[in-house]
Formats: sequence, structure tokens, C-alpha cells
Amino acid sequence: MADTLAPSSSPAMGGSHGGGSPGDDPHAAEGTKRDFLKLVAGSFAAVGVGAVVWPFIASMNPAKDVLALASTDVQLDHIAEGQAVTVMWRGKPVFVRHRTGAEIQEAEGVPLSDLRDPQTDDARVHRRPWLVVVGVCTHLGCVPLGQKSTDPRGEFGGWFCPCHGSHYDTSGRIRRGPAPLNLAVPDYEFTSDTQIRIG
Amino acid sequence: MALRSLKAAAKAVTLAATLALPLALGAAPAARAAEGVAVPDTKFSFDGLFGTFDRGELQRGFQVYKEVCSACHAMHLVAYRNLREIGLSEAEVAAVAAGYQIPDGPNDDGEMFERPGRASDRFRRPFANDAAARAANNGALPPDLSLMTKARPGGADYVHALLMGYEAPPEGVTVMEGMHYNKYFPGHQIAMAPPISSDGQVQYADGTTATVDRMATDVSAFLAWAAEPELETRRAMGVRIILFLVILGGLTYAVKRKIWARVH
Amino acid sequence: MASGLHESSFTNPVVRWIDQRMPVFTMMQKEYGTFPTPRNFNYFWNFGALAMINLMIMIATGIFLAMNYTAHTSLAFDSVERIMRDVNYGWLIRYVHMNGASMFFIVVLVHVWRGMYYGSYKAPRELLWILGVVIFLLMMATAFMGYVLPWGQMSFWGATVITNLFSAIPLVGDSIVTLLWGGFSVDNPTLNRFFSLHYLLPFVIAGVVFLHVAALHITGSNNPLGIEPKGPQDTLPFHPYYTIKDSVGIVVYLIVFAFLVFFTPNYLGHPDNYIPANPLSTPAHIVPEWYFLPFYAILRAVPNKLGGVLMMFGSIAILFVLPWLDRSPVRSMRFRPIARWLFLLWTVNFFVLMYCGGMPAEEPYVTVSRFATAYYFGYFLVILPLLAKIERPLPLPESIARPVLRGGGPLPGAATAQPMEKA
Repeated sequence: MADTLAPSSSPAMGGSHGGGSPGDDPHAAEGTKRDFLKLVAGSFAAVGVGAVVWPFIASMNPAKDVLALASTDVQLDHIAEGQAVTVMWRGKPVFVRHRTGAEIQEAEGVPLSDLRDPQTDDARVHRRPWLVVVGVCTHLGCVPLGQKSTDPRGEFGGWFCPCHGSHYDTSGRIRRGPAPLNLAVPDYEFTSDTQIRIG
Repeated sequence: MALRSLKAAAKAVTLAATLALPLALGAAPAARAAEGVAVPDTKFSFDGLFGTFDRGELQRGFQVYKEVCSACHAMHLVAYRNLREIGLSEAEVAAVAAGYQIPDGPNDDGEMFERPGRASDRFRRPFANDAAARAANNGALPPDLSLMTKARPGGADYVHALLMGYEAPPEGVTVMEGMHYNKYFPGHQIAMAPPISSDGQVQYADGTTATVDRMATDVSAFLAWAAEPELETRRAMGVRIILFLVILGGLTYAVKRKIWARVH
Repeated sequence: MASGLHESSFTNPVVRWIDQRMPVFTMMQKEYGTFPTPRNFNYFWNFGALAMINLMIMIATGIFLAMNYTAHTSLAFDSVERIMRDVNYGWLIRYVHMNGASMFFIVVLVHVWRGMYYGSYKAPRELLWILGVVIFLLMMATAFMGYVLPWGQMSFWGATVITNLFSAIPLVGDSIVTLLWGGFSVDNPTLNRFFSLHYLLPFVIAGVVFLHVAALHITGSNNPLGIEPKGPQDTLPFHPYYTIKDSVGIVVYLIVFAFLVFFTPNYLGHPDNYIPANPLSTPAHIVPEWYFLPFYAILRAVPNKLGGVLMMFGSIAILFVLPWLDRSPVRSMRFRPIARWLFLLWTVNFFVLMYCGGMPAEEPYVTVSRFATAYYFGYFLVILPLLAKIERPLPLPESIARPVLRGGGPLPGAATAQPMEKA
């Protein structure tokens, strides 16, 4: 390998050490032939080394069992109006909130021009009154407060991230603070009137 | 020139012999510390260096495992989703999984509960734990089958031989209470009753006639796949890599000859 | 040239800037570029480079395996199987690591054998040799602890048997074993410390390898003739001559390695290690990994516990003093007509021990092991010291360059001592 990286050593070296292979004339032709061979062998070796790196990198990506663990079921019937539950999905908290009529109205009433990441409430929920968002602040990954009734919910009645002060509204949209995006909405579906499956 | 390449070849042979000697001498006794009787060879599609699995056989084998073996034997390393690899569709896998009740929990009330299986679940264990398995089987523990063909000398051949090896004990041999005589089991006395005993014990979904030998072969193949699901990928990759290395070796050797030509 | 800067011969400005302040490039150039190397190496001299490559492969695969391995008795076995089944290319990385251990021992055993055949341990290379034996011991410890990690039956019972060796030590033996275990049997604390040490030791090995190479570059390499180079006509620059020759060896080695990994990955393993560890039931035949078999045979050949353990450790320890047991001034066995055959017999004897170590402890293997053990030690303790006094070596060639040069004028007839190009 090292051979391919370093410049080829001077042919004189061979001469001085070889001490008498008869017929030094075809030396130049020999040299180019060898250089071409070296190039081919070197490229082959380089391709091999490159190919070896891939399995190591790929092994750090999520394994098959991790990818398969996709879905979480949530029962909705015992979440009272105004309350919220937190469930685990792919190792992250997901907020499921049973919103009050006032909260929904507030979320719908916001003009899109007021929003940093403009999205209507409609686009963020499947069925009223349920709001399902990934509970990870889009700034640097802390879990915002606001799930418990005693938590601060920020100035817009949704969630408040204590790490760097991002405020989210009742649709989980970013309203103030450093976070650039709304709380993400995971893929989910209603498997019945009282149950959703996330993922 | 010819003389020199001859010499080089001789060197290569010496080198190969040096490498091979420890393999030949060292490993043979380690791997085969004589146990039981020599196991007869069964012909499998995955035999040899380049064999591959027969999907139909694997699916039939899974059916045998599901309908016969899984009553007592767990395969806790295999997940339902893995059945995609033996040719089941996503819907079929989901249906197989949903046919099992998988323990889960605790729920919000702190209770454990059962729910229908999902593709991501591992095969359901027939017993909650080893003690329960022993209690239900006269004190014998039915081993997990996930790695069975790798965990026994002889591999799939041994599993097949064992399934076919039940017979009346030879004269003078008394079989203990609750045990069965088996030609190929180390010590010949096995707690497992003959699991595959009559033709047609399993109604194959693909219409294949379910002879005892067919069922034993199919389930052995299935277990071989379960133990080494990477076998086909591994061999295919191996062929490509060794071809690559042989070419690289030829090129490297050519460069070596050129460089050393200056000295000789 | 500013004062305090190293005088660099490199022209590339970046390389030169670094080299003036920290002459690593000059060092590489000196030690691996122009380093004068005997011109007559045969392919046995590849095995040092192969061992180096093998160590790198083991460390790389090991680091990535550790990312997915769980060192806990209830999770270790399944975590290894998860690597085999679910982690992307996990089976490949694990099989490379697993067979890499065997390849490492093959390569290093050949390397050691070469050192013994060509007398590379003799003055002035005694310390180089001793560092090599240290590496070999560290490798054995690392391999043993690595084999415990998958927590199969052989892992568990191998760990039990090997740690129990220390109970043979009078008075403090039992306390030492308890200390090694961190409990009253091989259990979770044992597994955890073995994992920790298994991760550490390869880097210690790498450190000793560095010293080994440093020592080599002081004395220079031995060669198949066992005579020192007398001038530039006897040597070649390491690069490109030996970089390319080593490359050929590396590719051949990789082909053998790839065959093991892709086509017979479990051939050198034991089926019992695919059964999860069970502290209540010992497998019918427990055997160590193949590379421990010769030493295991020596252990079993002695019908006394302490004696067996001492002999086993002694069989490695004796290598440390080999430079002083063999006082013959002639290095290469090519010129030692008697020692050569007795050493080849010793080699066969080593394989006999390996074979017996894999067999059950019954006749005729026990008796054979005893004779083989006697010859193993007899070669070092009796034959070599004796031969140094009585053997008449063949005449040594005048220099390295003379016999290998062809067509370079007439050779001085008297000095030739048989063909040089076999090996």
C-alpha cells in the first residue's frame, strides 16, 4: 500500500544495488510498464480499502431490530379534556394532548403571518381535539414543559422549553425563542375511535 | 525465467502448507471430540461452499416448527419479521405474528397483559421461563432452537438424523422411565418423544406430500436458516471478495517481479 | 535554517513545515523508506508485517463490536447474536474478529518459528526476542478473555478452568482465584473485568509492538543466512523492495483469511459456544481454542496439579531464556546439520502436542503427551546447550551478496555452502 502512495524510487537505486543485470538498455521501457502496473495495482488496492470502510460505517446505523420497532399504541379514552399524556416512541417522548375548545380556537385563530414556521392547525392534527407531537424541542433536543397541569406552559399556552426558552402554542408551533421549527408531528393513525398507533 | 517462477511456486506452496498445517491438525480434534455415532449425511440445498437455501423448503420447515416443535421449543432469537427472508410477504408475516399472543406491559394500571404479535416481535416462547418448561416436561428442558444447527456437531445433518433416529432399544439396553431410545443422541436416551411420527402429520400449505423424512428434512433446513440467516449473503460476498483478492494478488505479484527484476 | 529546527530533506511545503518541527516524515523515511534491509529475505520474513496488519484488523473490528456488545451475564450471549442478526454487517465484523484471532496465532506462530529456525533470537537481538515473547503472552491473555465474552458454554467453562489454574499456587492460590473472579465463581464481575481488560490489552500489545520494532531497527533484521550484512551490496532499501514483497504476502494472507470468514467461519470454533453459558452443567468434552492446545496438552501430561501448571507456564517462560540456552554462534539452521533436524522434529512434536491437547485425557494420548512434553523441554534444556559444544557447523558464506548474485562474475568457489534459495 505504502508503495502506491510514495513516489517511485529512482531507477538508479536498482542499478547501484543490482550490480550487473546484463543489458541495461530496455530500462526505460521497463519503467513505464512498471508504472502502469503500479497504477493499476494501486487503484485496485485503494478500491479494496475503500470498500472495507463501508461495513464499519454501516454498522453504526440503526440495526434491523431498531428499525423494526416502529409503532406504539396509545389508548385515548382515559385522557380527560385539558389533559395530556406522554408516551415513548423510538426512545423519544410523544405528547398526546386532549385540547379544550378554547385551546383549539386559539390555535386556529393565529394568522399564518405571525408564525416563524407557518402551518395551519388543520395541517397538524388528524382528528380534533387530539394533538400528537414529538416532545423534543427543535432547538437542541430538550423536552419542553407543559404536560403536567403544574408545569409552566409558556406565553402561548402550549409548551415551554426550559433549556433555552422556546415557547410553543396549543398547536405545538414555535412562537418565541431560539427554536426554528414547530414540534414535529409523527406519522400516526386512528386504529379506532379511542386508539391511535404512532409510527 | 521458467526456473525462477517454478521456485516462486514452490515458495508459495511452502507458505500455503505452513498456513494450512495448524488448521488441519489443530482444529480437527477440537471440533470433533467424538460424541455418539457418526451422523449420516443428508442432502441439503445449502451444502457445500456455494449452496443456497430453498425457499419452499424453508417455508415448509417453518410450518413444521410452528405446528410441531413450537409446542415445547422456543426460538427466541428469531423475529417474525425475519420470515420475510424465507419468502413470506409483509401481509403474511403480519398474519403469522398476529396469530400469537405476546406478553407485554406493564400498562397504565401496572398490569402485564397480552396483545397480538407484531412483525417486530421475536418468536413467542412456549413457556414463561426455564423452570416452567422443565415442570411441563418431566424435568427435561427443551432447548432453544435458534442456534441448534450451529450448537451441535453435524449441524442440520445431526438434527435430521436425530428426528429420524428413534427406534426400539437394542437387546440388553434398558431405557429409563420417560426416556426414549435414539440412535444418534449422545448417550442414546432422550427425553423428547418422537416429534415427527407419522406421514401427513403436517398438512403442507404448498401441497407437498408430508412424509416423515420430508418433514424432518424441511425442519432441519429451517433451523439451519434460523441459525445462519446470513449464509447466502456471506457466501456471495465471499466469492466476490476472493475473486477481487486473487486479481489484486496477481497485480501485486507482477509489480513485485518488476521491481525485483532490477536486483536479480 | 532557523536554529532549533530539524533539517528536513522534504520539499513539499506542508510536509517540510511539519517535518522541521517534528521529524516524523524523516523518521518514516529512515525506518521504512531507505532502511537498509538484507537483500535475501524469503517469504517467512513477511510474517512480522502480517502480524502488524492482523493486530490492526483486530483492533478495528473489536472497537466496532464493542459498540454493540453488552457485558452482562444475562445479555452478553443475546447481544452477540444481535450483532450477528440485526446489526448491519455485524456478522461480517464478528466473524472477522473471531477468525482474526486464529489468523493472528497462525501468523505469529510462523513468525516465532522463523525466529527459531534462523536463530533470530541470538545476540544482538535478545531483547527484540524477549519483547516478542511478551507480545505472545499478552496475545494469549487477550484471546482467552475475548473468548469468554460471548458467554457461551465454552466461554464459561474455559474461564472456570483457566482461572482455576491459579488455585494451584500454594497458600494464596484460592485467594487469588477469588480475586480474579470478583466473587465465588465465574460470574458477572468476572465478565465485566474480562471485557475491560480485553479492550485494554490490544493497546498494550500495540505499545510492545512499537518497542519490538524500535529494537529491530537498532539491530537490523536477521536473514536466512544468519550472517550480518557487510556493506551496501548486502542490503536493499526497505521501500520499494520489501514494501512490495510484504504486499504480496498480505494479499495471500487476506485470501486465506477471507476463505475462513466467508466459507468456514465456525470451522475453528466449537459448537458448544453457541449454547448459552450454564453454570450447572459442564459440557462433556471441554477443549480450549486450537492455539492453546499444545500448552493444554503439557498441562494434562503432568499428573500433579501444581506441577502441570508450572510446566505449562514454563513452556512459554523457557522462550525468554532461549538466547542463553543456545550458545552456538551460528544463527541459521541451514548451517547446523544436527540442530536443523532436531528442530524440525521439535516442530513436529509441537503439532503432536496440539493434536493430543484436542483429544480426551485417555490412553494413548496421555503417554504420547508425556513423551512430547519431555522432548519439548529436552530440546531447549539439553539438546541446544549440548549441540553448541559438539556440533560442527557447515562453512558460512562469505557475505549475503555473493551467493544470491547471479551473472555477476565468477563466484569464489570455496565459500559456497549449498543453495540458498530454499526456505
